[in-house]
Amino acid sequence: MSIYDTQGRIFNIQRFSIHDGRGIRTIVFFKGCYMRCAWCCNPESQEYDIQTMMENGKEKVVGKDVTVGEIMPEILADVNYYRRSGGGVTLSGGEILAQHAFARDLLRACKENGLHTAVESTGYAEFEKIQEILPYLDLYLMDIKHMDSAKHKEYTRAGNELILENAKKIAQSGVELIIRTPVVPTFNDTAEEICAISKFAATLPGVKEHHLLPYHRLGQDKYTGLERNYSLKDIEPPSKEKMEYLLSVAEESGLRCQIGG
Amino acid sequence: MENIKFVIEKSARIDKLIDALYEKMPEIESARGVLVTESYKQTESLPIIRRRSAAFAHILENLPIVIRDNELIVGAPTVAPRGCQVFPEYSYEWLEAEFDTVATRAADPFYISEKTKEELRKAYPYWKGKTCSDLAKANMAPEAYEAFTVHGIFTPGNYFYNGIGHVNVQYDKVLKKGYRGIMAEAQAALNKLDVSDGDFVPRSNFLYAVIESCEAVIHYARRYAALAREMAKKEKNPTRKAELEKISANCARVPEFPATDFHEACQSFWFVQMLLQVESSGHSISPGRFDQYMYPYYKKDIDAGKLTLEQAQELIDCIWVKLNDINKVRDAVSADGFAGYGMFQNLIVGGQDIHGMDATNDLSYMCLEAAMHVPLPQPSISIRVWNGSPESLLVKAAALTRLGTGLPAYYNDEVMIPSIMARGLTLEDARDYCIIGCVEPQKGGKTDGWHDAAFFNMCRPMELVFSNGIDKDVKIGPDTGDVAEMKTFEEVYNAYKTQQSYFIKLLVNANNAIDAAHAARCPLPFQSCMVDDCIARGKSLQEGGAIYNFTGPQGFGIANNTDGLLAIKQLVFEEKKVTLAELRDAMNANFGYGLSGAAAERVTGDIVRELAKNGVEITDGVIRTVYEEVTTGNAMDPDKKARYREIKRLIDETCPKYGNDIYEADMFARDVANTYTKEVEKYKNYRGGIFQAGLYPVSANVPLGGQTGATPDGRLAFTPIADGIGPASGRDVKGPTATANSVAKLEQGVASNGTLLNQKFHPSALAGMSGLTKFVALIRSYFDQKGMHMQFNVVTRETLIDAQKNPEKYKTLVVRVAGYSALFTTLSRSLQDDIINRTEQGF
Repeated sequence: MSIYDTQGRIFNIQRFSIHDGRGIRTIVFFKGCYMRCAWCCNPESQEYDIQTMMENGKEKVVGKDVTVGEIMPEILADVNYYRRSGGGVTLSGGEILAQHAFARDLLRACKENGLHTAVESTGYAEFEKIQEILPYLDLYLMDIKHMDSAKHKEYTRAGNELILENAKKIAQSGVELIIRTPVVPTFNDTAEEICAISKFAATLPGVKEHHLLPYHRLGQDKYTGLERNYSLKDIEPPSKEKMEYLLSVAEESGLRCQIGG
Repeated sequence: MENIKFVIEKSARIDKLIDALYEKMPEIESARGVLVTESYKQTESLPIIRRRSAAFAHILENLPIVIRDNELIVGAPTVAPRGCQVFPEYSYEWLEAEFDTVATRAADPFYISEKTKEELRKAYPYWKGKTCSDLAKANMAPEAYEAFTVHGIFTPGNYFYNGIGHVNVQYDKVLKKGYRGIMAEAQAALNKLDVSDGDFVPRSNFLYAVIESCEAVIHYARRYAALAREMAKKEKNPTRKAELEKISANCARVPEFPATDFHEACQSFWFVQMLLQVESSGHSISPGRFDQYMYPYYKKDIDAGKLTLEQAQELIDCIWVKLNDINKVRDAVSADGFAGYGMFQNLIVGGQDIHGMDATNDLSYMCLEAAMHVPLPQPSISIRVWNGSPESLLVKAAALTRLGTGLPAYYNDEVMIPSIMARGLTLEDARDYCIIGCVEPQKGGKTDGWHDAAFFNMCRPMELVFSNGIDKDVKIGPDTGDVAEMKTFEEVYNAYKTQQSYFIKLLVNANNAIDAAHAARCPLPFQSCMVDDCIARGKSLQEGGAIYNFTGPQGFGIANNTDGLLAIKQLVFEEKKVTLAELRDAMNANFGYGLSGAAAERVTGDIVRELAKNGVEITDGVIRTVYEEVTTGNAMDPDKKARYREIKRLIDETCPKYGNDIYEADMFARDVANTYTKEVEKYKNYRGGIFQAGLYPVSANVPLGGQTGATPDGRLAFTPIADGIGPASGRDVKGPTATANSVAKLEQGVASNGTLLNQKFHPSALAGMSGLTKFVALIRSYFDQKGMHMQFNVVTRETLIDAQKNPEKYKTLVVRVAGYSALFTTLSRSLQDDIINRTEQGF
């Protein structure tokens, strides 16, 4: 069986993504996630099962089984844009490690075609799975949401031990690693909490950047469309001033920090 | 902070100039109209070319002159700012008919005083039967005239009613030699003639006319020198006094003699630019490669320490303001098609020099900076892009794009150069191209391009396939058979080509008829002395004096016809879900939907008139009932209505659409585009050149869409047709890269009169340095794939909707319309809606 026959389940391919990493990128969104972050802006990504949701008053099927070979043409359609902008392909989700074989083979196909590859992942999986994708990966964008495992578990359904452990291993592998933190009021938006993450990131060998991603509510309607409750209804996105203050806190770690991806 | 090159502070003078320019509604003045009439009455015994130069001289001798407050560059065709003169020698009836409505019409209103009306009413009777338009009509085959005036298949109205314009003259020659030098050139050519030469009469007359025109211009500049001197004498403020003295010295020297410093060069440039638009009413008088021909004067002064960057920028900014001081009144219908007081003075920066090296210089950046300082519709600023273009220039251009004025437009050298070489230009000339008007390439100073020769509505021949050539109960097209009887897709497609080719033939006839009329009635000696090889050949541009002669009519509707033909292929011939007869009936019934807006009113009027003719008594109740049925479609049989709507749904939801990076659909669009471009290029024009197609509608896709019934792509009757070579409005759903990939698959080089791709972005797509560089990458990537032109509107949908509601708040909101930028609030409501509905890219 060729890598082009490997099957996976995705729910969107978004071309001309310019607010998510370097250059002009195409993002492949994987379906299925281990965690259930309360602020998740892609709640339709969480269930592995193919679902139906309401969008603008119409029913929409979320999720599709595809092979690597089936989606490569769409990824390659924008190869000129990647080359001119220093962009490439990003696998996102969901959690891509929940379908690690598909992720591995898709990344490998991208590398065979000379594309820059990135993943957005929390690294919440056995390291063996991560190890399989690293040879085909240029950039690991890793979420570290909280240093306190109990609070991490309360808001995401999972503790952070495995994540922190994997972060160290990924850093040691030599693949470029950028740490990212969604800044969510009531969860992790104090100076102490952000400072702790930044300090940890600074201890990881080779890590140079820490990105703070301000919480936004753009996914709220999707919860309604999925007939789910949005638990953060009453939370306001952090103000610009607040984000800039937290940025200055993070910068004390000595890392290059920025607001937004 | 963003690292953008040549950020120079705007002088306080500039905003004062802008404010003064926009204080009042533009006004129509009578001076030129009266003067040209006076002169023509005196010169009936002379050959036409000498009547033209005599009239030009008479106008320049007597046209009121004005130096506005704070100006550093002077010369205006009208006393009132942004005013316009009239040109009865081209046509006049339309304006006379609109005297009482021109101030209140929706698109491009002009104030006109009772005194002006009175003076023009006195002048107009002289012109009866004598205008260029009268002769053009007489020259034209009757079926071509009908196709244009009654059936609206195409419209060459621009040149039928007005001057040609659409030229880039040798500004560099005037800067270097002055008109004194050009007169010497004409005199030398005269001296070479022998009175016994067979063509002595026309050649010598042309050369005399050139000399008389140049003399008139020199004299006109001296009038300004004298006025400035007088004003300086009276001026109390020492700074302004010194400025006026410099203005006076400038006008005493240029454009008669070569420019000796940058300020003189700017003044000389301006006289040329402005006076071309006094000689003729042709628009798209394009400054072209301003950064190239002005550079030596800038460089010399900068190197000598005589000029600072700020001073140079201020002068350039002053020219930018002046370019908005020129205006043109068009008839109400054309005003819709060219909405926004468009003058289309296209100025281009960057690109390659004649050796193929990058030509970018300081002025390239400073012109982009000027466009930021002066956020007005003129000039249409363009930028040439090639592999060697410095990133810093493109980033600066992107920063200008981000302001949301729709400027600059981006052009791809790598497609343009081979494209125009294929039309017979030398490699050096092709490398030196500039852009005329909207998007049309030409080698300046050697070309009479007739670039906006006509708009050809490609959706109309498609309609005629379904009516077997009948429009408004008259058989106007060839017999292609009953559509219901067609057995294969190829039969349908061939019928379309047959209908279209026939009307292209009529279009060619119409264009050549108009062309011959301009040569006979409105040759232009002043314009011609600045384009090679008129002086050497002893004939005007209008008589074929240019080295390169083209006629460029524009086709539009590719996206609609592509989507429509693909729907027919799939639904009728592959899936057999719909018959051609059903589709025809569905289109005739507007797919079971009512009409809206102006179309509903027009159709209601037609029906009511028809009823009245049949003896029905017309009451308010009758009108209301008809209007309701027209707008809702309620009178239709409910079963049929449901079926027609189902057919539209099948087209909308199940058929492939051009613009989504679907290879088969895009390659078919390429073929559809070629049915027009490759047919047009078969023909020859009156001046000994060839026809070359463009693919862009300016803004005619809206008014001409308003005359086009429902089309097989599911487009409802009388709604806009797709803009440029882009996808139909709202049908591209895969983002800007997919759209660009699709459009790049068209054979754009064959459309050597220019193509146009509009994209609309939300400002967030260009935020920060990273936004700018990604935007530049998008352009470069489209150009890597042989895209020819790209332009952008960067403004939020919410802003535009708010501007519709509160126009007073958005007086200076400039948007890209189509090949040019215009004030949003001056556009008609339907065009505003069209701009709002263009897919907003960026998320």
